[in-house]
Amino acid sequence: MFINLFLELKKAQVRVSVKEYLTLVEAMDRGLAQFSVDEFYYLSRATLVKDERHLDRFDRVFGRVFKGLEGGTALNELLVQIPEAWLKKLVERYLTEEEKAKIQSLGGWDKLMETLRERLAEQKGRHQGGNKWIGTAGTSPFGAHGYNPEGVRIGQDKSRHRRAVKVWDQREYKNLDDQVVIGTRNIKLALRRLRKFARQGAPDVLDLPGTIRSTAHNGGYLDLQLVPERRNTVKVLLFMDAGGSMDDWIRICEELFSAARSEFKHLEYFYFHNCVYESVWRDNRRRHVERLPTWDVIHTYGPDYKLIFVGDASMSPYEIVTPGGSVEHWNAEPGEIWMRRLLQHYEHAAWLNPVREDYWNYTPSIGLLGKLMENRMYPLTLGGLDRAMRELNT
Amino acid sequence: MRFQGTKIYVATEDLLMAVNAAITLRRPLLIKGEPGTGKTILAAEIAQSLGAPLIEWHIKSTTKAQHGLYEYDAVARLRDSQLGEARVHDIRNYIVRGKLWDAFVSERVPVLLIDEIDKADIEFPNDLLLELDRMEFHVYETKETIKARHRPIVVITSNNEKELPDAFLRRCFFHYIRFPDRDTMEAIVRVHFPDIQKKLINQALTTFFEVREVPGIKKKPSTSELLDWLKLLVAEDVPAEALKTSEAKSLIPPLHGALLKHEADVHLFERLAFLQRREGRT
Repeated sequence: MFINLFLELKKAQVRVSVKEYLTLVEAMDRGLAQFSVDEFYYLSRATLVKDERHLDRFDRVFGRVFKGLEGGTALNELLVQIPEAWLKKLVERYLTEEEKAKIQSLGGWDKLMETLRERLAEQKGRHQGGNKWIGTAGTSPFGAHGYNPEGVRIGQDKSRHRRAVKVWDQREYKNLDDQVVIGTRNIKLALRRLRKFARQGAPDVLDLPGTIRSTAHNGGYLDLQLVPERRNTVKVLLFMDAGGSMDDWIRICEELFSAARSEFKHLEYFYFHNCVYESVWRDNRRRHVERLPTWDVIHTYGPDYKLIFVGDASMSPYEIVTPGGSVEHWNAEPGEIWMRRLLQHYEHAAWLNPVREDYWNYTPSIGLLGKLMENRMYPLTLGGLDRAMRELNT
Repeated sequence: MRFQGTKIYVATEDLLMAVNAAITLRRPLLIKGEPGTGKTILAAEIAQSLGAPLIEWHIKSTTKAQHGLYEYDAVARLRDSQLGEARVHDIRNYIVRGKLWDAFVSERVPVLLIDEIDKADIEFPNDLLLELDRMEFHVYETKETIKARHRPIVVITSNNEKELPDAFLRRCFFHYIRFPDRDTMEAIVRVHFPDIQKKLINQALTTFFEVREVPGIKKKPSTSELLDWLKLLVAEDVPAEALKTSEAKSLIPPLHGALLKHEADVHLFERLAFLQRREGRT
């Protein structure tokens, strides 16, 4: 019955299964959504979509499959014929209340459709602005991103003025689509490798072999032995390069960072600029006010923490090897020494570099830091992460 | 049975449809959404409006699926055996019922809330697949099968901290509670504060949505925070005029502690207020 919707959803890579389709049919059979497309839309959405990132895709597919089911069929036929380039939003035009008030409606729905047909026949090219032709940001009743009280919205991703009629055409869930987060999820997969089961914490699970042993030692009287439960106890110190040449990579870094957050029980994060010197900071916005001596970091967190640097390591070599080389302040000791101190204290360390691996040779400072890291520098890709995690786990 | 929203819970049409689908077909309903959009309270409202008992199961990071079914208190039995107690001979004395068991044997159709399922271990939802699907489970110690008298109405909330397995999702209805728009929000405020002045609501909502729009804000205030804030405003008898943000002096809304929970956000607002004042002077 709705097999078309199901197949289209599959094609749009919304993860639907036969089971969900059958649930939908069952729900329809029980009379849940009977006489309105809206109800059916809500019901099928609740049944078939299980991830808010797919809601937008669902809306699009639903609109495509059931277009013309309610309201102006003529419009929907026309929709197909309108070249998309017209509708690309190039201009955002904001009208004042008075301007809006001045605009006159054209008449009822039929009249509107009729005029649209006429205009479409007359019009030959892309149009923008103005108050008659179909295009973007104008005050004609047709097109997108403009304002007319009785407007027909064509190809606009969101209701600007909340005057349009169709629900699923509003695509309210657009910003939840997963094209943005896909990086995070990949990285998450790789970070799982870091999970290591270790027994730490309060003893709250009965240790049966231990109990038997110690009961026997105890002359048959019960002596309960408890052990701590297995928990994910990977401890990580994350050092992230902020600012300067890293600005391009900050988005990737933040994805990695947000992925890392949920994966570890103990995760401390610090920011540095280009190279680690005598102090780091936790809050990027107050970096000049609240600095934390690197010595304190070393003294606070034991050698069982694993060290991950994220940075492009692209800078002048002086910033690493000479005192006073930092671009931001006067550093008494070169970055090299601070790197060595950290690496000496923390046995497990890796450097993740967002720069493509085959470009590393062109930047001397990458080679320098790579050598300091004893070749434990990996590209910020899934494969590189895999290698880095394997290194950290040894 | 049909859920229509309650006096103090404003439910949108799509939410109603999802809830009614779950009630009719007795499949679990998975609710996601921004914090403070009323995910947890929904189960209580469904229970109240249907007159059904509510069984709440709050999940923590240490919760295991087995805890919801039953627990066998072997340590207590071991201890009793050492002391020579009579009850040690019946293993049933040491089976502790879980929330799911309670829901299955309930006299009337209950509403079972599994709150924040994403807090638990990643395997947790998988361990409950069969139990939620067939609404029965087996007690190995006593060799009996507990079967649900009435299939309970199961409401599951998640904050998206972990991804849920596909097999689990297939068995649920899903609804994502969108942040309410201005009209819905006004309706929500109306239900909670029936006698509040129209002017105050208008001004407060404007301020509230403006605060949410401020770029770079760390934690956007949610519905429950708006309600708290309004409660404070009413209690303190703050006039609507005091909320007008056009005056530079009061850019930080009065009693902001109810809206801004992050000290970085308060700083942000102070900075904005400072900038605006400086602009006003030149």
